[in-house]
Amino acid sequence: MVVYALISRQAFRRYLTYRGAMVGGVLANTVFGVIKAFIMMAVWRQRPSIGGYDVADAVTYVFLAQAMIGPMSTLNNGLDIPARIRSGDIGTDLFRPVDFQTYWLANDLGRAAFSVLGRSVVPFVIGALLFHLHLPTDPRVWAAFTVALFLGVVVSFALRYLAAMSTFWLLDEKGVVGMATVVTSFFSGMIVPLVLFPGWLGQLARLLPFAALVQLPADVFLGKRSGGAVGTGYLFEIGWAAALLLAGRLVTRRARHRVVVQGG
Amino acid sequence: MTSVSRPIIEAEHLSKTYTLRKKTGRLKRERTTVEAVRDLNLAVAEGELLGYIGPNGAGKSTSIKMFTGILSPSAGRLRVAGLEPIRDRKQLARRIGVVFGQRTTLWWDLPLRDSFALLHRMYAVPDARFAANLKRLVALLELEPLLDTPVRQLSLGQRMRGDLAAALLHDPAVLYLDEPTIGLDVTSKAVVREFLAELNREQGTTIVLTTHDLDDIERLCRRVVVVDHGTVAYDGELDTLRARVAADRTLVVDLAEPVPAIAVPGAAVTRIDGPRQWLAFPAEANAAALVADIAERYELLDVSIRDADIEEVIRNLYTG
Repeated sequence: MVVYALISRQAFRRYLTYRGAMVGGVLANTVFGVIKAFIMMAVWRQRPSIGGYDVADAVTYVFLAQAMIGPMSTLNNGLDIPARIRSGDIGTDLFRPVDFQTYWLANDLGRAAFSVLGRSVVPFVIGALLFHLHLPTDPRVWAAFTVALFLGVVVSFALRYLAAMSTFWLLDEKGVVGMATVVTSFFSGMIVPLVLFPGWLGQLARLLPFAALVQLPADVFLGKRSGGAVGTGYLFEIGWAAALLLAGRLVTRRARHRVVVQGG
Repeated sequence: MTSVSRPIIEAEHLSKTYTLRKKTGRLKRERTTVEAVRDLNLAVAEGELLGYIGPNGAGKSTSIKMFTGILSPSAGRLRVAGLEPIRDRKQLARRIGVVFGQRTTLWWDLPLRDSFALLHRMYAVPDARFAANLKRLVALLELEPLLDTPVRQLSLGQRMRGDLAAALLHDPAVLYLDEPTIGLDVTSKAVVREFLAELNREQGTTIVLTTHDLDDIERLCRRVVVVDHGTVAYDGELDTLRARVAADRTLVVDLAEPVPAIAVPGAAVTRIDGPRQWLAFPAEANAAALVADIAERYELLDVSIRDADIEEVIRNLYTG
């Protein structure tokens, strides 16, 4: 366990060296947050309390979603696996005496932790300064939200890991990762809250693992999920994380047996 | 004890077959199988320093990837340090070290010190042993002033020293080196070679060295294994290999003016480019006598002699 904690910490430090990208990300997330906030306000003026949200909930949701772009890595794969497969550097990762998938999970948790501090806080605070946001006053809600966020990152990793591992077979991940990004953005509630999805589409979206990335943590934050519903939310996240991580393990085993490590 | 102990690397009838799918039509795909390694037999004793050479695409890298547990063999029997590489991968990883000249095993953005700290935990090296190894390696490889530099800022030679230290922090029984001196300047090459020789002598580490640099082999290895077409083509002493293929050396002469092909006994012109001519002569012939012969008859501006390189030696092994 110690080694994985250390890997996370080092990943966190590694991302510290890419501050330029962080500033760009913060700026983009903030500007789009403001634009989306105005769109949501227009929608809610027409249809108040749609989906059980009031306008403050909707605007808060927008800035939560913007804040989660970084940690959930919804717009890109965020894992170095495809690049390392193409360069052949993956060979190094494959002979280390650590579990391959857990190694990358540890790396990704370090990345996500950095992302929360580096990319999430500023857009959300600016949103809170510019708009009236619905902020929880109960520290227990903040704590519950943090747990939901953490589990969401694990689900997000498990999904992105599967997409990244496809490089072992396809040698070029762009198609798969591009598709995964579109599906994830849509079904996580990143673009619009899932509560706006009509009928069966909304119900389906809430059952898919992508909901764990944005909609579910946001519901905890906004108090739409409280008490026992928080617990079922966690179970939903844990269940999907376990299933997807297991799928990742099977893929890893297959990949080991057929790898053609590039170069040499 | 070492004389009766089993080889540290033992490969019997080892094979690796890849299946490639090639698109031949809109939907049709053709399967072709490639035998990267076929029926390879190899036994390396503990403490050996082995040159493992062969032309590109001969199956060296594929076999090394099987020895390290990265690739699973398609057939045959393989044991390294008493373990079965794929089944006992994690245990094996703690017993071996790997260095690639063309890529680093270090973390690009981390200072060397942090990479080493990560490896300390990854390989679960006891603290006291780690501290002692780190101290010894830092002194031997002169890494002290580089410890706080991120790997991406190191020169190739510095990075290679860092990689060597990284591969040895956990006292591996076997060290695999793939082109460890590629791209290094003369001084750095000498440092790496001297270090490897000492490692092998003092610590008894078994070293498997893959390289295209004949100098590496000449200075370090007594035993050479040549791999070609996926199997062992030669296994024995370097000198015997040289003598057996009797590769020619090349004499390059720069004359004062272009002349027709020089005719001297014991050498044959292979190429002419203006006033420059290339002459092939047997490796065991006296080069000085040959140069003197030519100088007697022509006005010489410059001469240089090139040894047959490994590629050529190997090529001759098949065509000769």
